[in-house]
Amino acid sequence: MYNKKVLQYFKHPRNYGKIKNPDGIGKVGNIICGDVMRLYIKVSKNKKGEIIKDIKFETYGCVAAIASSSIITNLAKGKTIREALKLNKNKIIDSLGKLPPIKIHCSVLAIDALLEAIYDYLIKNKKIIPKELKKRHQRIEKEKKIIEEKYKEWT
Amino acid sequence: MKTTKTYLDYAATTPVDPRVLKAMLPYFTEKFGNSVSLYDFGEEAKRTLEKNRLIMVKILNAKNKDEIIFTSSATESNNLAIKGIAFANQNKGKHIIISSIEHSCVLNSAEWLEKQGFKITKIKVNKYGVIDPKEIEKAIKKDTILVSIIHGSNEIGTIEPIKKIGKICEKKKVYFHTDAVQSFGKMPLDVQKMKIDLLTASSHKIYGPKGAALLYIKKGTKIEPLIHGGGHEFGLRASTVNIPAIVGFGKTVEICEKEMKKESKRQSKLRDKLIKGVLEKIPDSHLNGHAKKRLPNNANFWFAYVEGEAIIMNLDSYGIAASTGSACSSEKLEPSHILLACGLLPEQAHGSLRLTIGRWTKQQDINYLLKILPKTIKKLRKISPYVQ
Repeated sequence: MYNKKVLQYFKHPRNYGKIKNPDGIGKVGNIICGDVMRLYIKVSKNKKGEIIKDIKFETYGCVAAIASSSIITNLAKGKTIREALKLNKNKIIDSLGKLPPIKIHCSVLAIDALLEAIYDYLIKNKKIIPKELKKRHQRIEKEKKIIEEKYKEWT
Repeated sequence: MKTTKTYLDYAATTPVDPRVLKAMLPYFTEKFGNSVSLYDFGEEAKRTLEKNRLIMVKILNAKNKDEIIFTSSATESNNLAIKGIAFANQNKGKHIIISSIEHSCVLNSAEWLEKQGFKITKIKVNKYGVIDPKEIEKAIKKDTILVSIIHGSNEIGTIEPIKKIGKICEKKKVYFHTDAVQSFGKMPLDVQKMKIDLLTASSHKIYGPKGAALLYIKKGTKIEPLIHGGGHEFGLRASTVNIPAIVGFGKTVEICEKEMKKESKRQSKLRDKLIKGVLEKIPDSHLNGHAKKRLPNNANFWFAYVEGEAIIMNLDSYGIAASTGSACSSEKLEPSHILLACGLLPEQAHGSLRLTIGRWTKQQDINYLLKILPKTIKKLRKISPYVQ
């Protein structure tokens, strides 16, 4: 079902766990299958602009969900916020080689988590939110409420 | 990394016993005849077929040879039982009773009939997956033609009180079918004592080949065939008879019958050790199904904060084969309807794991699993956002 690369990232996940005092947190969930992801980012400034200096994930979900969250941390680390905003699900799928069609939604969830973390950072620092990011945030917010209701006993 | 092969998914399928394979081989080459041919090759095939039918009569305590219909799979047998009874008895009524924990081939056959104008009642189970026979008695109406209840659950392993259900159906004059795929060959079954009208059993779950199964149909039962053709199997299932597979099926049933008592005891012991070990070693772990009324080879758990497919693939990297009822592992992204019927929440079913043992499972396999599984759950919980 999964190729070697997906299984590699699943078995040896990179950058998992929490970041203390993160600059942004993205919390997302898939209302159909029930998978949940959290992404923590630490941002610092250098010549290029605001850089994602550190990034970590926590995921409750299947092989594809863990592999996708693992690789998104690799893809986003060291990138500027502007560059990170350009990442999309295809970038995850390409980096993993391939995902089964039924698991594509896991890559979308990983992108959602990253964008939510960036959104959280921008809001906290009173920065301008790009229009598309705002729209995506509103969609994710709705789904998150359903998911949080589902797992309220665990949190 | 895959150094060991620990197969703990015997409920999915089993390897063919070498004794069974040996018995089958001549029927592919020198004894290849068609059971309906008149010359000697055909006669020999026919004799072989009837000899194996008798083996099934004996293990089920049926009355006659013509009560055993060989089919290609349990799915086919269950389809024949449910649709065949429905089509033949629709003048009497169009109401069918099943349980909420049937195998998908029973469930989907019933739901298909619903679209054809039949009414389906699904009997609920308690949290251990046990059906209350009184609920069936209450559900039987004037127009009820069939009750179909699984004997041993393929997923949670719970054994249903089919003898009591059989008695109720006999009293109410309603046909009673049981899907005994997971219990056949592992536990004693007596169609006369248990008042069973139709029973499904399969070969590949008990160390026989794939491609052979049976439907026991009590003499006098009104049933329509689904496959029409040359009149094989007493006109109830046309198709050239798969003699090699049936020879294998017969041989494996003979072996199972002989070894049943000893093997069931041995496996139950291993199963209990497995259950005890998992519940003791892994915090926030829960047993699914009934603690005692369960198949000798089935253990099923759910683990909080982790997802089943991830557990399976992690175990796979250690050479352990198992299965899950998690939404992530299903084509429809829905958790197992059987676990949900037992009252599990979708997120609980999400973390489910089924371990089923068999003829070649040894204590060392259980020890190995008990070493690897706690590590696996711990690793996944480290990644999970729900564990602090």
